[in-house]
Amino acid sequence: MATANLEIKPTPVPPPAGVLIHTDDLWKTYQMGSTEIHAVQGVSISIRRNEYVAIMGPSGSGKSTLMNLIGCLDTPSKGAYWINNRLVSEMNDDELAYIRNKEIGFVFQTFNLLARATALHNVELPLIYNGTPADKRIERAKESLRLVDLAERMDHRPNELSGGQRQRVAIARALVNSPSLILADEPTGNLDSKTGVEIMALFDELHRQGNTIVVVTHEHDIAEYAHRVIQIRDGKVFKDEPTARAK
Amino acid sequence: MSSFRENLRLALGTINSNKTRSVLTILGVVIGVTCVILIGSILTGMNRSITQSLEGFGVNNVFVQKMNMGPRNGRPSRSERTRKPISYENYEAVKEGCKVCSQVLLTIYGQTISKASYKSLEMLNPDFQGTYPNFPDVMNMSVRSGRMFTEGENSHSAAVCVIGNDVADTLFPGQDPIGKPVMVNEHTFEVIGVFEKKKQGSVGENSQDTTIAVPYETYRKMFPSNKEHFLAAQSMQGHLDEAVDQVRAALRRSRRDKYDEQDSFGIATAESFIEQFHALTGGVAAVMIVISSIGLLVGGIGVMNIMLVSVTERTREIGIRKAIGAKRHDITLQFLLEAAALTGLGGLIGILAGFMGAGIIKLISPDFPISVPLWGVAAGLIVSVSVGVFFGLWPAMKAARLDPVEALRYE
Ligand SMILES: Nc1ncnc2c1ncn2[C@@H]1O[C@H](COP(=O)(O)OP(=O)(O)O)[C@@H](O)[C@H]1O
Ligand SMILES: [Mg+2]
Repeated sequence: MATANLEIKPTPVPPPAGVLIHTDDLWKTYQMGSTEIHAVQGVSISIRRNEYVAIMGPSGSGKSTLMNLIGCLDTPSKGAYWINNRLVSEMNDDELAYIRNKEIGFVFQTFNLLARATALHNVELPLIYNGTPADKRIERAKESLRLVDLAERMDHRPNELSGGQRQRVAIARALVNSPSLILADEPTGNLDSKTGVEIMALFDELHRQGNTIVVVTHEHDIAEYAHRVIQIRDGKVFKDEPTARAK
Repeated sequence: MSSFRENLRLALGTINSNKTRSVLTILGVVIGVTCVILIGSILTGMNRSITQSLEGFGVNNVFVQKMNMGPRNGRPSRSERTRKPISYENYEAVKEGCKVCSQVLLTIYGQTISKASYKSLEMLNPDFQGTYPNFPDVMNMSVRSGRMFTEGENSHSAAVCVIGNDVADTLFPGQDPIGKPVMVNEHTFEVIGVFEKKKQGSVGENSQDTTIAVPYETYRKMFPSNKEHFLAAQSMQGHLDEAVDQVRAALRRSRRDKYDEQDSFGIATAESFIEQFHALTGGVAAVMIVISSIGLLVGGIGVMNIMLVSVTERTREIGIRKAIGAKRHDITLQFLLEAAALTGLGGLIGILAGFMGAGIIKLISPDFPISVPLWGVAAGLIVSVSVGVFFGLWPAMKAARLDPVEALRYE
C-alpha cells in the first residue's frame, strides 16, 4: 500500500490561458479477458474557447471513447485532462456529475430525451440538478426553447415531435445551463439530410454567438461545417488541421 | 441537487403512468395496513366496551367473592374450588377493618333459579339475589320507578323485590310492574321498584338488567342452606388503593389465611378488571402485528422486485439524468421516493379500507363501540412508507451506481 503511494507522479502542468479543453497523453484501455484494447492511445489536444472542432475517424477508431472522456462521462486510464482549468482526470463520480452539469451540454445521435416528459421539462432537467428555483428554471427553459425556435412546442412530448424537432429540444437542453462546451456525437446521424443541414445551421449560429463546439462525426459533409478537424485513427491523433471555413 | 418536491412529483408521475403494475405491487401493503387498522379498531372497541360495562359497576368499589375474578384460562384449581364461602363474619370484619370505606354491601346469591314468572309470561335465568337497601347506591344503579326496599322490610323479611329493566320488559310488557306479583320458585314477591337500564357495554348483556333483588333476610329465610356471598366495598374518593389493602387485610385475618399462603378469596376493582382485559387484548394485538408484518414483508419484497425491474427498464433514463448532472444521491432519492410513494399510497388505501371495514362492522353491530385508533393510522402510514424506503434502498442504490456510459448505451 505505502509503496504504491510513493510512486512519483509528475505534477500535470496546467494549460495556458484561453484554453478550454486540454488533454495530456490521454489513454483509455479496456481489458477484454486476457487482451487489452487501447481505445484511446496518448491523445494530447488543446481546444480554445469559441473554437468549432470536428473529431473524425472511421468506425472503431476511438471517437466515442474520446468523446466520453472529453464529456467527463468516463475517466481515463492514464493521462491528464483539464476543462476550464479544472483537472477532471482525478475526479470521482459526483464531482464529474457536477462538471457535466456546469461545463458541458450534450447532444446525442439518438437525442436521449426523457420519453415521458414534455419538451419544457426535458430542457428544464439540467437546472433541476443544480438546484435552480422552479420559477427561474421554467423561465430559462422557455428562453432556451425560443432560441431553437420551438417555444410553441414546449408542452409536446418527444413522440409528438419530428426527429429534427427532437434534436432541437436536445440542443435547447444542452444550452440551458450556458455550458462552456457543447459536445455533439453524430448529431445528424438519425436525421434526413435536409433536417441535418438545418441542425448544422443551428450549430453555426451558436458558434457565432460565442459557444465552443465539438462535433464527433464520421461524415465529411458534417465535418466541413467545423473550423478545425481532428482525425483519429486507432485511438491516436492522425491529423489536426483547419478546414476551408477557418479564416 | 434536486429538490424533494421535484422528486415526489416525478415519483407520482411514474406511479400514475404504470397504474396496473403499481396497484398490483402495493396490494400486499394495502392488505397489511388494512389488517392493522381493522384489528386496531376492533381491539379499541373491545377495550372501550369492557371499560364501559365495568365502570357501570362503580369505579370506587372493591369487589370480593370466593373465586378469583377476571379472565382466566382453564378451570379454576382444586384449592380455589374448595375455598370456604365468603361469610357474614367476613362482611362484618371488612366493615370494621376498612377505615377508608364509606359503605360495604353484602349480597347473597348462588341459588339456581331457572325462571321467574308473572301469569303466563316467563323470564329465564334471572339474577336472583338477596341484598341490602344500599345496593343501588353502591352498585351505581338508580330506581327509575317505585322505590328500593327499606331496612325495615329487610329485617321483617318482607316478600318484596326490585327488578332490572330486562325483567320488567319481559314480564310486564306495556304495563306498570309496580304492585304486581312475581313468582320465583313457588315464592311470590311484590314488585315495588324497577331499576334504570344500565349503559350498555356490548360484551354480552349486562347482568344488572336481569336482576331480581330481594331483601337479604328474605333470601336467607327462603334458602337457608345458601352461603355464597358477594361483597362490594365503596371507598372514599381517591382512597381506592388503600381500600383494597384494608379489605384484603381484614379478610385474611377474618378467614385465617396463613401469612405464606395466597388469598383464599378473589378481590378486584373495575380498574383491575380493565387492566386484565387490556393485557389480554394486548396479547391479541401482538399476534396480529406479527401476522400483518408478514403481509407487509411480502408486500415489501414485491416492491423491491418491481423497483429492480423498473431500474433495469429505465437504465437509459438513468444514463440521461447522470449525463446532464444527476449525482448519485439524486438518483437514489428519486427511486427511494418512488418506492416510498408507492407503498405510502398503499398505506393510504389500506387506511381508507380499514375505515370502511370499521364502518361496515358499525352497521352490522351498532352497539359495539368500534373506533379506528389514531395510533393505527399513524402506524399504517409510517410502516408503509418505511417498507418502501427499506425495500427500495437496494434498487435505488443499484440505479445510482450505474455507469453513465454503459447506461446511455443500453437499448
Ligand atoms: N466498453 C468497452 N469495452 C471494450 N472495448 C471497447 C469498449 N468501448 C469501446 N471499445 C473498443 O474500443 C475501440 C474504439 O471504440 P469507439 O470509441 O466506440 O470507436 P468509434 O466511436 O470511433 O466507432 C473499438 O475497438 C471498441 O471495440
Ligand atoms: Mg462511435
